Order: sequence, then C-alpha cells, then structure tokens
Amino acid sequence: MVKTRTFPKGGIHPHGRKTLSNTAAVVRLPFPKTAVVPMSQHLGAPAAVCVAKGDSVEAGQIIGTGESFISADIHAPVSGTVKDIISIVLPNSVRTQAVVIETETTFDESVLENKYRREQNDSDPVARLSSQELISIVKKAGVVGMGGAAFPSHVKFQVPKGKKADYLVINGVECEPYLTSDHRMMLEHTDEIIDGIRAVQKMINAPQVIIGIEKNKMDAVEKMEKAIADRGLTYIVQPLKVKYPQGDEKQLLKAVIKREVPSGGLPIEIGAVVSNVGSIFAVYEAVYTGKPLIDRIVTVTGDAVRRPGNFLAAVGTSIRQLVEAAGGFTEAPAKIVAGGPMMGFSFFDLDSPVTKGTSGILALTDKNLDHSPMTACISCGKCVAVCPMGLQPTKLFRLIDNGNFDEALKLNLMDCKECGCCAYTCPAKIPLVHGFKYGKKMARKKS
Amino acid sequence: MVSTIVYAFLSVSLLGALLGMGLAFAAKKLAVKKDERVILVEEALPGINCGACGFAGCAAYAEAIVSEGAEIGLCPPGGKESAEKVSEIMGKVLNFSEKKMVAKVHCNGNRERTQYDFMYKGVEDCNAAILLHGGDKSCKYGCLGLGSCIQVCPVDAISKTDDGRVEVDKDLCIGCKKCVDICPTHVMKMIPYDADYYVACNSFDKGGTVRKICTVGCIGCKICEKKFPESGFIVTNFLSSLDYDSKGVDREGAAEACPTNSICKIL
Repeated sequence: MVKTRTFPKGGIHPHGRKTLSNTAAVVRLPFPKTAVVPMSQHLGAPAAVCVAKGDSVEAGQIIGTGESFISADIHAPVSGTVKDIISIVLPNSVRTQAVVIETETTFDESVLENKYRREQNDSDPVARLSSQELISIVKKAGVVGMGGAAFPSHVKFQVPKGKKADYLVINGVECEPYLTSDHRMMLEHTDEIIDGIRAVQKMINAPQVIIGIEKNKMDAVEKMEKAIADRGLTYIVQPLKVKYPQGDEKQLLKAVIKREVPSGGLPIEIGAVVSNVGSIFAVYEAVYTGKPLIDRIVTVTGDAVRRPGNFLAAVGTSIRQLVEAAGGFTEAPAKIVAGGPMMGFSFFDLDSPVTKGTSGILALTDKNLDHSPMTACISCGKCVAVCPMGLQPTKLFRLIDNGNFDEALKLNLMDCKECGCCAYTCPAKIPLVHGFKYGKKMARKKS
Repeated sequence: MVSTIVYAFLSVSLLGALLGMGLAFAAKKLAVKKDERVILVEEALPGINCGACGFAGCAAYAEAIVSEGAEIGLCPPGGKESAEKVSEIMGKVLNFSEKKMVAKVHCNGNRERTQYDFMYKGVEDCNAAILLHGGDKSCKYGCLGLGSCIQVCPVDAISKTDDGRVEVDKDLCIGCKKCVDICPTHVMKMIPYDADYYVACNSFDKGGTVRKICTVGCIGCKICEKKFPESGFIVTNFLSSLDYDSKGVDREGAAEACPTNSICKIL
C-alpha cells in the first residue's frame, strides 16, 4: 500500500463523528413546492436576475446571469412560475436577491431524467471537444467549487497564459468533522467522477492526476483505485493521514505534491489545480448530460437530528424540508450550522435555502456546546503550534482587539484561512477566528 | 577630607557649566526656525488630538493652516471661538456660522422593546457582531449596543445604558464624528446641540416588518409629516427624519401623535 502523507505544520484532530451518516446512502429529496433560489451562491459578483415576476421557467433554464469575470450563472432548479423576487439573508450572512419559483404540480424527477440523459452511443465528448469548448460548457452550467467556498469553476480551470499545470489534484479529503457528502459521492458515483476528472484534465492540460482521500475513507480509496485500474488510467490515489484542515487546498498541496502556495497566491502559481469531488461530479453532469448545477448532496447530521443522512436536494429547497426528511429534531437544537462544525456558519432561520455551497446541515444539542466563559489570553502558544499557515493568532488577536489593524496586516492577517484550529485549541476560549474576520473587514475598510 | 568634597564640588560644577554652555551654543546655532504663528495657532486649538479635522492631530492641523493654507474652521471641538482666534492670528476674515453639532443614537430599541434573532457570543464590538447576520437584533438598522463608538470617542462622552444600547452625553460631545464613522449600522447621526426633538429610529423596513420586530420603531405612517406640515418631519423610505432648519411649529404635537412614540423629546 502507498505510504500515507499529510501536511507538515499545524493542524488538529477533532472527533470525526462521521459514523452518524457515512453509511446512509444518498436519498433524492422531493422537489420543494416553492424554491427560493439566491443569486449569490458563489464567490465573486452576484448574478443578475434575468426573469420577471409571472414568467414561467423550465428546470435548467438560466434565471440569473453572472456577467463579471468571477461570477457564475444561476439556473432554475424546478419548472414552474416565478412568484416573486425577494431579498434574503443566507446562512453565511450574505444579503442577496432571490427568485421564488412555484413548482408545477406535474414536475418530478423523471422530467429531469428525460431532459438530461447520457446517450449510450454518444462518442466520447471529452475526446471530441476542445479544452476551450469544455470550459465554456462548465461556465454555461454554472459549476462552482462545492467544497464550501464556491469559487466559480470555469475561472479556476482557465489556466492563465504563461502558466502551466503539472498536477490536477482532486480533493476527496472531507476533513470537516460530521460531513459525509463527498464520501458518499465517491462511493456512489465513482465512474462518473473518473469521467469528470478526464474532462477537467483535458481543460487544464495537466499530465498527472492525484486524488487525495483521508484514510478514514478507505472504502472510497479502494473503490477509486479499482475503477481507475479497470479503465487502465494512471491516476494516483493518495491516502492521507486524518488531520484537519487537510481539505484546504493549500494544505492538500503541501501533503500530496510537497509544494507550498506563496502568500496571497493561487495554486496555479506552483503548477497545480485543485478541485473537489463534488465539483468534478457537477462537471461530469454538465459535459456528459448537459445538466447545469441545480442540485447537490447535503449531509444532515448532528446529535439533535433523528435520522442523520445524506440527501440530494435541489438548490432552493428550504433547510426545514431537509431536516424533516431526516426525521426532524429529537430535541430543540442549541445551535444549527450550515456547513461543517469548524468552518460552517451558525444560523437561525430554517427557511433559508440550500445553495450550491451547502455541504451539510449540522444540528447540535446543548451537550455538544462548550459554555465555558472567555478568559484572558495567557500566551500559552497553543494556537501558534496548530496554525497550519504559520501565523501567530495570539499576537494577531491582541492587535485587532486594540484596533491596530495595520500592524496585524504586517503579520499576514490576510493569509488566515479561517480554518478554526486556533479557536478550537484555545484554552481561554477566545473567539479568535471571529476576531480575524472582523480584523480583515476593518483592514479592508481602511485601505 | 574637606578638600575632597571641595574638589569634587568644583569639578562637577565646572563640568556642568561647560556642558551647559555647549547646550546653549547648540540651541542657538542649530535652532530650527519655526513659524511663530504655528505655535500660536496650536495654542488656539483645543489640543485633544481627536483628528476630526482630517489631520493627524492639533499640531499637524496648525502646521497645515500656516504652511499649506488649510481651511480654518475644520475643528468641530474648538467651534466658533477657536476658529475666530485662529483667523485673527492668520489675519483672515472668517464667516463661521456653523451650529454646534453633537452625536445622537437614533434608536430606542432594547431587550424588552425589540426582538432578537439569536444569542450573540463573540468579539465585543459592533463591527464584529454585524458580520453575523447583521447583528443579533431582528432589526438590522438599530443600535447593537456593543460600543464600537465608546472605544473611539476621544472624550469619553459615550456610555452603555443598562438596557443594551449606548448613549451620548451631549454636553461632553465635541462633535468630532468619529463615532459616526465607526458605527456599522449608521444609527449614530449628528444633530444640532440645541435640537428639541429627534426621531429615535433608523429602520428603513416597511411598517409591517417594523411592527413585528420592534415596539418603538418608526413605521413610516406619515402622520407627523401630513398632520404637522410645519414641524419639519419628512418621511422617506419608511423612515421619518427631522429637518432642523425648518420652522419647527408644533413638534410637540407630532411627538404626541406618533403611534409608536418614536419621536422623542431631547431632555
């Protein structure tokens, strides 16, 4: 067996808690009666609404166009009538416009299946199309990174002039505790992911493909390896030691190709492109079946959820419907988080919609929470030891707390990935990551 | 024994005298010529270094007035008095007519009167709290009460109230607007020092929404504007505001007629 690897500095080992949902096969959620589709589901400029109240839309039709360079198109997840265009706040505190679509009563899964079917006798689209044609398909399908940050994929796959990609690194790490959506994706759609990898490999013209998977998902490693061997491909599956935040692309690159992304830079500067398995599957759907990104797998889990599981939900489905599909709450949750427990956003409105970046819904009971009060920093340095980016959280927080944002910038505040290792390990319970988010905001405001 | 003391005394005195002469010589010879007016102007300014003029402090503003011809009267804490002194020193005619302005929190929502969405446990700063869903209050325009303004106030004129808001002491306020700049919800606004009434709400939400989440919010009903046209209240974007330059007839009546009591008298 291949030797397991990991990134060299920092990182933590929180309880995985993945057994709650990692054996639950993905279930297709019924389509919502009304879908609330936000226009800002990705990093960058929000899409502009291009339908009006009263219009009838078909599933897969573009309802929001992302016109600036870093933006993505938004498609209707269901067929129906546009009831309203409203302003909502998403769990990650982004205020955005949203198109409310009332679903037709005749609309169901078979409509989507008939519309987006892979032709059995189709000549291989990856061999047939050029890399630019493939990228424009991805752009048209509104594919974004599905690991959480939701960076528009067509921008990522467009290798800038003068740069060369040596590696395509596939991110199957899923280092966030509780989440299992990528794990289920790799088990249930292995062949599709490999087709998707072939398409992306052609887009970026990378000679080598490495798939990084943490070894708490050995079944996925084996399944991937077998599927690759069956097809006679040369992709490498690299098992990784379990350590958070290995799923951050910078740490993943340190672990699998031993190259470090320079401060403030992008992976392409060291000749690598990183993509999450969820996005690869979305690329597969776009290239082989023409289906835009209108649904995603969401893990609904946590001790307050009756039957934790993984669900294929249409974008715009309310989180309430997801929770109900998982059997509802066993008790009133003390905290609900969109995303994983480390980097997710705590929110309160169950009527918030699922977006392209919603990897999980986590409902925690009061017992899961730590209510110990915040005390003074004793400069123990634990946060410095675990910071994977090599920053000094203790010093940074002190500067920000005193309003000295310029000095914090000099200590590379902007390199903070907000992974939460420092706050997790802090014995004084200081809200370090929140402080850094605040510091970044104030520093941007000043400059 | 005595001679030792005398020698020591004499040698130290001599040394002191020599070094003193050296210093006196250096002070004359190496003196940096400073415009006397800079010193005078600096004395005429209040000297609290609040930065409201846009310069680094009182000394920098004085320097800028004399050498760069910066505008006189940019100093709100000094007000008319200091501006007159400065213009006298500079030999310029000044027509300074601005009223003294003070900061005021335009929100009366507290734990009892306003609905809260969630419990906030994080960095004690409004600019940090607003990162989470725009703050814990259901109303996204109100005072978050964590006191970003208290931290920046150079004269300690702002204090927390017991009910989760902040208040400005108008007699201490020097009108430097630092709190207005830092406030993330823009609920801190400038009003004249001698203002009699103000609208204690900053919410642009529609009336129905305000009714649901706050008992003292302005619902934009326009009673103040329509029934008391001379009072100076104008409703725009579902929020009443007071034009302090208006005649101000019967503002008391408008305050009494306000269904949510969001027009308040300033004591």
